[in-house]
Amino acid sequence: MHSTDLVDQAQLRNDHPEFSPGDTVKVHVRVVEGNRERTQLFEGYVIARRGSGIRESFTVRKLSFGVGVERTFPLHAPTLAKIERVAVGDVRRSKLYYLRDRVGKAARVKEKRY
Amino acid sequence: MANKAIVATKVGMTQLWDDENRVVPVTMLQVEPCRVVQVKTDERDGYTAVQVTFGQREASKLSKPEAGHFEAAGVEPGQRLVELRIDDVSEIEIGQELAADVLEAGEKVDVTAVSKGKGFAGVMKRHNFSGQKASHGAHRVHRAPGAIGACATPSRVFKGTRMAGRMGAEKVTTLNLTVVEADPERELLLVRGSVPGPKGGVVVIRDAVRG
Repeated sequence: MHSTDLVDQAQLRNDHPEFSPGDTVKVHVRVVEGNRERTQLFEGYVIARRGSGIRESFTVRKLSFGVGVERTFPLHAPTLAKIERVAVGDVRRSKLYYLRDRVGKAARVKEKRY
Repeated sequence: MANKAIVATKVGMTQLWDDENRVVPVTMLQVEPCRVVQVKTDERDGYTAVQVTFGQREASKLSKPEAGHFEAAGVEPGQRLVELRIDDVSEIEIGQELAADVLEAGEKVDVTAVSKGKGFAGVMKRHNFSGQKASHGAHRVHRAPGAIGACATPSRVFKGTRMAGRMGAEKVTTLNLTVVEADPERELLLVRGSVPGPKGGVVVIRDAVRG
């Protein structure tokens, strides 16, 4: 129980699926252009989750035309339309920053096998 | 001076999203209903103010003068007495309750509280001095103030020269904060930005005097 729960609870989103670093996710982001709204897709590996409560955020890394692109989203932001968990990764740490230094085949995350 | 004021305790900081999905940092203040204990008027006291109390206190923990003061007003004893300087006290009566709804969302307010004590602090922290070099021969003087005056004239240090010393734990007012939400039902007040003092500290909120 946090002292600011009275305000925070109403804003927390519990409609997101469970996911953790190493997973591949599709993040549907609401983008407002003028008075038109559309959904943008950002798909990649989750390389970090940080913070807790209303301030929790996660970072997704993808390769776009050979260039690494990372985007950090607040987990409870109303701009997130949907998060889809595409694949579960098999990783041993919670922050996958080592992926930044890798290129090509080495920059992949093993998929979890059950 | 202010037209309205209220007492609250600081709960902590959190964040909200506004209509345009921007993050708004807010400080949460708990506004317990304040009971008016005394009204100070120009005729009798030479200035206008309302003395209020909030919360509860056991009768056995009151001093006799305090107990008498509460009894004379016919008000249930509270945690402490706080005086709110208000211009117009003609409509305020003893025993009346003030709640968070004296303020509205969007209004500008000033928040006064006693800041967190920092103890004996050096000049870099206390007066924003730049300190000295990290290397190039600097020896054990990295955070030192440097020179504090001239030589044989005046052969003394001027009064008021900024040096190390006690910092914090003083009355601080943050001006022109915006009220994001005032909810008397949940006894809550959300103010945009930060507010002086520790969590649990008592703060006085008044409508902005330089708004």
